[in-house]
Amino acid sequence: MSDTNHGHEPARIRPKTSLLILDERTRKRNQSEARFRFYGLLAVSAGLLALIVLVTSILNSGLSSFRQTFVTLEVSLPADKLDKKGNRDPADLRKVSTFGYAPLIAAAVAEAMVRHGIEIDGLSDKEAGAIVSKEAPAQLRDHVLANPQVLDSSQTFTFLTNGRIDGYYKGRVSAVSAGRDKNVSVAQLVLADALLAAGVLENRFNWSFFTNPDASDQRPEAAGLGVAIIGSAYMMVIVLALALPIGVAASIYLEEFAANNRLTDLIEVNIANLAAVPSIVFGILGLAIFINFAGLPQSAPIVGGLVLTLMTLPTIIIATRAALKAVPPSIRQAALGVGASKMQSVFHHVLPLAAPGILTGTIIGLARALGETAPFLLIGMVAFVREYPAAPPDGFFDPASALPVQVFNWTQRSDPAFVERASGAIIVLLVFLVLMNALAVFLRSRFERRW
Amino acid sequence: MPLIWTFATILGLGVLGFVLGKSRALRSGGGDIRKLHSLPAYYGTNVAMAAVLPALFLVIVWLVVQPIYVESRIVASIPAEAIAEDSSPTLLMSDVRRIAGGLDLAVAQGVMGADEARSISVEGSDIRALLGGIGVALGSDVQPAILAAAQDYRTLSASLSLWMTIAVIGTAIAGLAFALFKTNNTLRARNSVETVLLALLMLASTIAILTTLGIVLSMLFETRNFFQQYDWKDFYFGLNWDPSFSGRGGQSKLGILPLLWGTLYISLISLIVAVPIGLYAAIYLSEYATARVRALAKPLIEVLAGIPTIVYGLFALITVGPLLRDYFAAPLGLGNSSSSVMTAGVVMGVMLIPFVSSLSDDIINAVPQSLRDGSMGLGATRSETVRQVVIPAALPGIVGAVLLAASRAIGETMIVVLGAGASARLGVNPFEAMTTVTVKIVSQLTGDTDFSSPETLVAFALGLTLFVITLGLNILALFVVRRYREQYE
Repeated sequence: MSDTNHGHEPARIRPKTSLLILDERTRKRNQSEARFRFYGLLAVSAGLLALIVLVTSILNSGLSSFRQTFVTLEVSLPADKLDKKGNRDPADLRKVSTFGYAPLIAAAVAEAMVRHGIEIDGLSDKEAGAIVSKEAPAQLRDHVLANPQVLDSSQTFTFLTNGRIDGYYKGRVSAVSAGRDKNVSVAQLVLADALLAAGVLENRFNWSFFTNPDASDQRPEAAGLGVAIIGSAYMMVIVLALALPIGVAASIYLEEFAANNRLTDLIEVNIANLAAVPSIVFGILGLAIFINFAGLPQSAPIVGGLVLTLMTLPTIIIATRAALKAVPPSIRQAALGVGASKMQSVFHHVLPLAAPGILTGTIIGLARALGETAPFLLIGMVAFVREYPAAPPDGFFDPASALPVQVFNWTQRSDPAFVERASGAIIVLLVFLVLMNALAVFLRSRFERRW
Repeated sequence: MPLIWTFATILGLGVLGFVLGKSRALRSGGGDIRKLHSLPAYYGTNVAMAAVLPALFLVIVWLVVQPIYVESRIVASIPAEAIAEDSSPTLLMSDVRRIAGGLDLAVAQGVMGADEARSISVEGSDIRALLGGIGVALGSDVQPAILAAAQDYRTLSASLSLWMTIAVIGTAIAGLAFALFKTNNTLRARNSVETVLLALLMLASTIAILTTLGIVLSMLFETRNFFQQYDWKDFYFGLNWDPSFSGRGGQSKLGILPLLWGTLYISLISLIVAVPIGLYAAIYLSEYATARVRALAKPLIEVLAGIPTIVYGLFALITVGPLLRDYFAAPLGLGNSSSSVMTAGVVMGVMLIPFVSSLSDDIINAVPQSLRDGSMGLGATRSETVRQVVIPAALPGIVGAVLLAASRAIGETMIVVLGAGASARLGVNPFEAMTTVTVKIVSQLTGDTDFSSPETLVAFALGLTLFVITLGLNILALFVVRRYREQYE
């Protein structure tokens, strides 16, 4: 019986589990592993999603502010109304206020309606004229004051339309909402549509958004970023002129010369702390020291620039020290070896080699300073400023606004058209930031040396 | 002479000094550079520094001291009876400065002759209307004593400014002459230039200390003024925040607790959002993600950190606020305000994600690979390794990161100004509008401010409290990291 042997074969001990067969516990562990990993992925996606939602929401509500509805009208400028004495004397011309010009615009709209054969029931001439921005009479008056010879002639002007009419083409105003709104009527919207069909109205890129000063509550369509951009630019100049030299000097001292003593420790602790102080506290500092104590003017770029300088210093110092540290000691030793003094070795060799890193850090610090808002609220930069500041250095002491503050300012207005403006201003701000950061990345990749 | 010309003159003297010093040194060496102790440029720089630095120092000191001196002289000269009962020398002084500034402006615009500005009197003309015409608005009619003080102020300031110009340029010339006189080929010019340079470098680095000092002193000073008018116990333990803007009476209730509650509530929500997302993102990116995903996702998340807070504020105002109101608060019957604790908290949480994630990422990466290898070698899965080995090893750093994030949340301003609302209340409903310390600092210090009323001064006490809290959190974070940090060889 050949089979008997089989019976004696020792029974193979079959393990209850195998590495290849998953038991309950392993399955649980693996599930928990997968879950953990999924949570991680979820967190990363949540972060990215937040970024995407943030950017799209801003773009969505802000991109339309770069386009604006304009109306092109033939305006006749009768001398008997605008220059009653007929002597073209600028002083006399000035006596006619913008109220004297408003009827001319209403007449021009009526004339355009007649020319294009537009008739709308229940629309008075005054209402028809109101589709043009309230800024238009001022624009007309300025033109006449600058060129008195245009009196008694007809001139073609391009005006902004009223914010509500503009909102109609941006989906903010509809026939339904116009019925409830006392600032706009349905008939005006019909007129606007007819004028658009006739080519009198057009919707195009609005350069004046970048150049105009702020405008009052009644005329969101005329509000622009001109003063804010100049103010921000002035502050950046001040920050660059002060923070870069001071920051580099401080870093050189701390990194290359400072003895290991109490004073050095104190400075180090202070720099680390200043980097973490809330920005609003710097605003209080600016108000108490620069405005109340030193007597510098409110709303002036010089105060904003000084505050930003103090805020940016820690960033620049930290970046510069890292850049200085990255220069290998052999460079210093070689310089000292051929007879340079310590100071010469630093200024002639270490500093130029660290320059790209310093520059990158400075640009990033400037970009951060550009977006800073809170301290400005305390030093009076929220003021309504319509005049452009003068050229520097006097302009540093003139009232100005700043890009982020202008955004804040517009969010506080009641007309919803200002929300669009605020988002548009944010886009401008973000474009500046992207450009600055791109420059920093470019400088780093182009000039940074690995030792 | 305008200040800018004084500066230009000083700089011009500096350039002149450089040229003269250099040529004098060369001449004294007989035109042979080898006979000089230092390079010729050092001699020039030495003279230029001697001309410019003391003069600049003098200008700065003078500019600080002059207004203080002038003010004390003028205040002393105003007769006591001219100071009304409800007024104070400080208030009076601001009137004097305003009128003096108005007179300056009038002269500059040609409304008034220089002599007229000196001699004009209250009887002859209506100063208030005159100054109002050029855009200087005065609160009340001008008293004769004040006008006289303003005129004194102008004369004194003008004569002192003239003296400053003379003194400063004199100092510059003297410094130049002295240094030039000492210049010869044996002068150790390089050493002295480098000593001065080192002192300047050191001076630059002390600005950090000065800034901190400025922050603390400015707030301490005004906070002391505040506590003289308002009891500190009512401030720190008061349950009501209700400033009255109408009168200067003591009806205002300025208790910090509702503000602190709002601040902490919003910060808590923001941390509940930011810490899990930031931490898990950091873990995923450092332990699981492929190099390509990491290279793409990490910078994108960090973009969130570079976005200005005003952008988050606007995001809260136009997107998150209405969204939460329409889909959560209103259907649940919890309120219909678009600015709420939740709005500000969620948006601030988004802002803090990169803060938590990049700090944690650094810390997790600092845990040595050998610990992970050991754990995996014992058969642990990746997640078990992370949970039981990596996180415990990195815990002090992570706690530090969370504390730093909390400090940032507490000090954040723009998001809460635009997203949280302005009503101070002690509530638990997260869909209600509440307010924070920072919001109230902004609202008490913008617009018309009167630096003698407690309603304005309270902002400094709030600021000081905020500064102390954030500083405390930062120090605590540093302490935790240092104290409990594992040292790996």
